[in-house]
Amino acid sequence: MWDTVFPYLLSGISVGGQYALIAIGYTMVYGILRLINFAHGDVFMVAGIVMVYIAASGVPLWLSIPLVLIITALVGFLIERVAYKPLRSAPRMSVMISAIGVSYTLQNLVLYVTGGLNKQYPTIPWVSETIVLGAAKTKLVTVVTPILVIILVAALVTLINKTKIGMAMRAVSKDFETSQLMGIKINSVISATFVIGSFLAGVGSLLYFTNYSTVIQTSGAMPGLKAFVAAVFGGIGSIPGAVIGAFLIGIMENIIKGLDVILFKSGVITKPLGLATFSDAFTFALLIIILVVKPTGLFGEAATDKV
Amino acid sequence: MKKMLALIMILALMAPVFALADDMPVVKIGVYEPASGDSGAGGKQEALGVQYANVVTPTVVIGGVEYKVELVPADNGSSTDKAPSAAQKLVSENVSVALGSYGSSVSIAGSQYFADAKIPVIGLTCTNPQVTAGNSHYFRVCFLDDFQATVLANYVSKTLGANMVYCLGELGNDYDQGLIAFFTQQFEALGGSVIKEDFPTNTADFTSYLTNAAMYGADIFFCPVSIAYSTQIIQQAAAQGFEISILGGDTLDSNVVAEAAKGTNVSVVITTFYQEGANEEFDSGFKAWLNSDSEALTNNGGNDMVSAVSVMGYDGYYMALAALQAAGSPDSAAVMAALPSVAIDGVSGHIAFDEKGDAIRTSAFVKTINNETGEWIFVTEQTVE
Repeated sequence: MWDTVFPYLLSGISVGGQYALIAIGYTMVYGILRLINFAHGDVFMVAGIVMVYIAASGVPLWLSIPLVLIITALVGFLIERVAYKPLRSAPRMSVMISAIGVSYTLQNLVLYVTGGLNKQYPTIPWVSETIVLGAAKTKLVTVVTPILVIILVAALVTLINKTKIGMAMRAVSKDFETSQLMGIKINSVISATFVIGSFLAGVGSLLYFTNYSTVIQTSGAMPGLKAFVAAVFGGIGSIPGAVIGAFLIGIMENIIKGLDVILFKSGVITKPLGLATFSDAFTFALLIIILVVKPTGLFGEAATDKV
Repeated sequence: MKKMLALIMILALMAPVFALADDMPVVKIGVYEPASGDSGAGGKQEALGVQYANVVTPTVVIGGVEYKVELVPADNGSSTDKAPSAAQKLVSENVSVALGSYGSSVSIAGSQYFADAKIPVIGLTCTNPQVTAGNSHYFRVCFLDDFQATVLANYVSKTLGANMVYCLGELGNDYDQGLIAFFTQQFEALGGSVIKEDFPTNTADFTSYLTNAAMYGADIFFCPVSIAYSTQIIQQAAAQGFEISILGGDTLDSNVVAEAAKGTNVSVVITTFYQEGANEEFDSGFKAWLNSDSEALTNNGGNDMVSAVSVMGYDGYYMALAALQAAGSPDSAAVMAALPSVAIDGVSGHIAFDEKGDAIRTSAFVKTINNETGEWIFVTEQTVE
């Protein structure tokens, strides 16, 4: 039984970790700006494309990885400055529409640059090696992902709880206007949020594309959406919530893909039911259920909107 | 000043008219192919065959007048929702005949727009029977999925001796689903058993599907999916140490797929239309042209391997020229009337249409990938009686 479930669990933990890194970006931006940054999945995709082109230009790997992370953070920063900052006092809906606009702009820009063809992601040595874990063979990145995610989240939580900028972030997320009155430079706090979120999306893209090896302009759409569901599932605005939500979504999604086999092997069914087809439908059905039953998610704070 | 400007603008608008005035008349052939999306790589290679044929034979004599052949590309984006606008673009450009598309779904999605405008279409590699079924404007130069499925099922069952096949297709993709359905029919008739699963569009994580196949104890992993998915499947299979052979249809016949399997232990077997080396003259000419044009080389995946789809594009172009000549007029309705009786000796063999508008084909090539060099190698030519 364990041998049957284990490979799916492994895939789930790995992809869950990658969703987690994207989900943090959604949840942090929401926490501070009350904005769902729909362009975030595309920032993730851009990070992948940037890596493809940097590697193709012959830059050595030890340099290209930090370069990709810096460029991704810069992209996040620029998006905020160009598309969201001018709309700071506009209704929230305008910013949301602007986010959707940025998302399509990035996709079409990449479509133009790549010509719409799948780009082969460069192989990162060491993490691309195949290892044997019990009954499953997988890339080392599968094991590295959850560990790296935990380290990064621990670092992020420390940053938010122990540093000055972290304190500013917490203050801004509690009350936008008052923290401004208290002398917090709101624009630099927001920029920092976008830089951190994009940086993590960049790390996520390194891990994700090492596993799934090709990048196309729509590569960010699905992981982005699922990370968003994960953020809502965990309680949007909460970082630990987003991480746990992402792992749960990743694991459940892969278990569903393998549910037929698991049931088949354990003798519950004699003929496959074709449940794998519904793996994506399941994720989005979960979103609806969460929104109906517990809109604040697993770890979300109860809304205390003062009028 | 404003009047002056207006005058200049008007002259500028008229310039193309003057430029064309002393040129030879133009006949337009639409290239209805995906240049982006999941099938973008395949569509580009198919279009390359058409473009190369256009370079080799840039003019055609129709009814005693020499016409310049102009290719009008329309990107159907590999998706059924973008296909109608691409088809409409070709209709509004007044093409005499259209070629394409790579992918049966988009061919079917655009079909009605061509039918309404009375424009004939020559399908190059869209193998689903529904493309030409029940209409008189869609023709095709390739074999059909029921034929291909029979070849595959026979090969898998008799030559490879497999008993259980795991099939994986993209949800809502007519090509994948059609081929898998025909294959299931044939393979079960031969005494084998089939397990089928689907994945949603834009899936990147195939690890669980591969695990499923291994867990079921399948002998063959059949995934007649587009190039974008198949390269990912192959690479993830390599990472998992997947020991089951991967079987595919004509869509996998691309150097991009061969490159993906290079340096791995994954065995890949496919059926296709053409094997490089079958026609030396075409191969060398096509390669020389690819190497002389950097954009063409990029569109071919960066190297000069000949893909079967390019050959079909090349043959389709000559089929279109033959139809134009037979019609004696660039009028699309006349071309449509002339097409059923047109026949040529193409690079991929003799091509003539049956009463449905399908090419009469009796054989398919079976190929496999050499994992060391990343090239396709010929296995056998399979005929079905």
